[in-house]
Amino acid sequence: MLSPELGHYALALACVLAAVQGIIPLIGASRRDVRLMALAPGLAIGQMIALGVSFLSLVYAAVTDDFSVQNIAENSAVSKPLLYKITGVWGNHEGSILLWALILGLCGAAVAAFGRNLPSALRARVIAVLGLVATGFELFCLTTSDPFARVWPAPMDGQGMNPLLQDPGLAFHPPILYTGYVGFAVPFAFAIAALIEGRVDAAWGRWVRPWAVAAWCFLTCGIAMGSWWSYYVLGWGGYWFWDPVENASLIPWLTGTALIHSAIVVEKREALKIWTVLLAIGTFSFSLSGTFLVRSGILNSVHAFANDPARGVFILGLLGVVIGGSLALFAYRAPTLTAGGLFAPVSREGALVLNNILLCSLCAVVLTGTMYPPFMSLLFDRTISVGKPFFDATTIPLALPLFIFMGFGPMLPWKRAQLWPVLQKLWLAAIVAAVACAVAVFTLSGVLPILCAAAALWIIAASLTDIAERTRLFRTSFATSIQRARMLPRAIVGTAIAHAGVGITVLGLAAMSQAQHKIVEVPIGTTEQLAGYEWTLKAVEDEPGPNYTAMAATLEVRRHGRLITVMHPSKRSFNSQNQTTTDVAIHTNLLADLYGVLGDKHGSDSSPTYVLRLHYNPLAPWMWLGALIMAFGGALSLSDRRMRVGAPQRARTSPATTSVS
Amino acid sequence: MSTPTDNLTRRRLLMALPLAGAGVAGFAFWKMLSGMEHGSFNPHDINAPVLDRPVPDFPLTPLPPTEGFTAQDLQRTSKPVLVNFFASWCIPCLAEMPTLMTLQGKLDIWGIAYKDKPENTASFLRHSGNPFTRLGDDHTGRAGMEWGISGVPETFLVGPGGVIRWHTATPLTEETINRVLLPLAHRLQTP
Repeated sequence: MLSPELGHYALALACVLAAVQGIIPLIGASRRDVRLMALAPGLAIGQMIALGVSFLSLVYAAVTDDFSVQNIAENSAVSKPLLYKITGVWGNHEGSILLWALILGLCGAAVAAFGRNLPSALRARVIAVLGLVATGFELFCLTTSDPFARVWPAPMDGQGMNPLLQDPGLAFHPPILYTGYVGFAVPFAFAIAALIEGRVDAAWGRWVRPWAVAAWCFLTCGIAMGSWWSYYVLGWGGYWFWDPVENASLIPWLTGTALIHSAIVVEKREALKIWTVLLAIGTFSFSLSGTFLVRSGILNSVHAFANDPARGVFILGLLGVVIGGSLALFAYRAPTLTAGGLFAPVSREGALVLNNILLCSLCAVVLTGTMYPPFMSLLFDRTISVGKPFFDATTIPLALPLFIFMGFGPMLPWKRAQLWPVLQKLWLAAIVAAVACAVAVFTLSGVLPILCAAAALWIIAASLTDIAERTRLFRTSFATSIQRARMLPRAIVGTAIAHAGVGITVLGLAAMSQAQHKIVEVPIGTTEQLAGYEWTLKAVEDEPGPNYTAMAATLEVRRHGRLITVMHPSKRSFNSQNQTTTDVAIHTNLLADLYGVLGDKHGSDSSPTYVLRLHYNPLAPWMWLGALIMAFGGALSLSDRRMRVGAPQRARTSPATTSVS
Repeated sequence: MSTPTDNLTRRRLLMALPLAGAGVAGFAFWKMLSGMEHGSFNPHDINAPVLDRPVPDFPLTPLPPTEGFTAQDLQRTSKPVLVNFFASWCIPCLAEMPTLMTLQGKLDIWGIAYKDKPENTASFLRHSGNPFTRLGDDHTGRAGMEWGISGVPETFLVGPGGVIRWHTATPLTEETINRVLLPLAHRLQTP
């Protein structure tokens, strides 16, 4: 029933619906024609359903091993486990673009479903802009990367997936990351709609912020998952390689973080309006450009997508229309937008402006480092590579002041503030940071890690102080504090939690700079010393797997003679692709990871030796835990009543009508 | 003193800056892409260690009925030779075959079947056509290692005297052939 042709047809149908969705409501909004505007939600939901059918037919083809579909033949195989047959659908270029379009369709449908309380013209325009963007991507999918193309004669078996992708972490990483990328299409559409209307006000800020926060939560989780995947799958013991593809996700994260902060200023004080609109356009533009750069093959990266310059030209044209068009509209309309509330440099607004400046500088640095090699190669015909030393030297000095201001920014009052009373409240946090700095001087080596560790504890302590201050903890009875904590707006608790999450991540990063490792070639039975642990290679055995054969080691780790853990790092050879992967063994106690990798076998069969790589990674899990806490804080503030899209209007309507909805 | 109109003009210029920046970046990307398409710009060039060097020594098993070849054969030839690494398990190689077929008679193409079984190579060439005047089998991948390839298909243009003059790690296209490859081969032939 769900044939590839039906999927292809549904995709074409979605494209037509998206085009109508992009045009009719815009005309309706400009003519104030209620009937035309009212078409928007239905079209958006219809487009999403068509995309859903299309996506399901591709999943169905993958699950039923329909190798007459070229995409399935190239990326799947009969022997592949069912889970990876499903997740493999988005493990390749064509499928991932279809997933991208589906998520964009879901965003449009979400605005249609949850945006009931938006002014009808604004909602029609937002949905229309999403429709226009979706049209472009669906056309791209249909014309240059058709996931449903057939091959004839159909091969008996597929080529199989890159074994590196055969991993649960990576299987769910793309949907989450894409939801983050594509989610920023909604703030983008709000920005374009506001520019068309020529009006940005506090209400606009209130409507756009939940969408931005939601997208930001997904992007945060997506980046953390990607980093965690490279940590435990690639087996190099690293977690972030400043690879162009990683940077392509970090850049919109930085501008997106700036966006969710500057939107607060728009909402509360009607200031920074033009800047916020630009950030909303910029964040989505960077999301789009990231995808484009990864797929066009301009950047050198470990992430393999089929590089096809012809495809790149189409995406570049699409980007030109989307980004160029929106920036042209910005250049045309933004100068006429009126400036809003004034504020003193030392104030909550001032702190948020500083946050924006620092985040955007960080973004500029990462962007420069990423784009420098191809531009050098284009302009001066010289190939160079920019790596970790550049990024470490440039990003940390910019990040440190950001961390320091993060501590007291949320405690500053709006409009005009005095620094000293706020700093007085933070005496405990300052002491914590100073003690941390003193401890770090003795335990960590290097100036930057010491400063980062102190800054991390400063952020955590300051965030907790903020909550303690607001609940008057220890200054009134404990019951009263609990009562006050219950009454606190979730947005404030969410902020404190997200900021503490940043602190935890930074602490993990600082500690990871002290990671130790050792590469040895040893016969069975040898004991190695690393970081106070004794690592003994007990045995190496062959183990068969479903579509690979493995060589697995037994590695005993002891500390002062006491057995800590037995680890089984292994090395897998995949039959279908002539490829081997390393299966890292990680033992964690949440304070440190013991990380073992089995390498090649050398020597004769009678007396073999094995290459082992052993790592001791202090506080490694904290990096990803912190990111999860950040996303949790974002989600918590999203659940704040004030953040809900319709809440302010509902409060204004009479009780009789609220009971209906 | 700035008048309100001056101020508005300044704001207009300021607000147009993002557009200008995006325009410059877009133009540069377009240059890179078009350069990649006809082979003059290759961001992955770092991975071609043998470019402008003599061909390395490499082991190769001849695949009947054609004769195989060695580094010495490439050094002795007076005409430029295109050396193409391919495999029957590689779909881009299959896509590239018709393009290679159009080169027959214009340029000698010597093929190296990379990490493949001889019977698979034979049936692959039976179906797609055989553009190769000489063909060798690199079952172990040793020859590929000597040439420093990163995958298949990968193509090298070897000039007279056995010096590698040009290299691409993507499937050849008509445009690359007509704009870069054939003019370069022509120049190499008539010094």
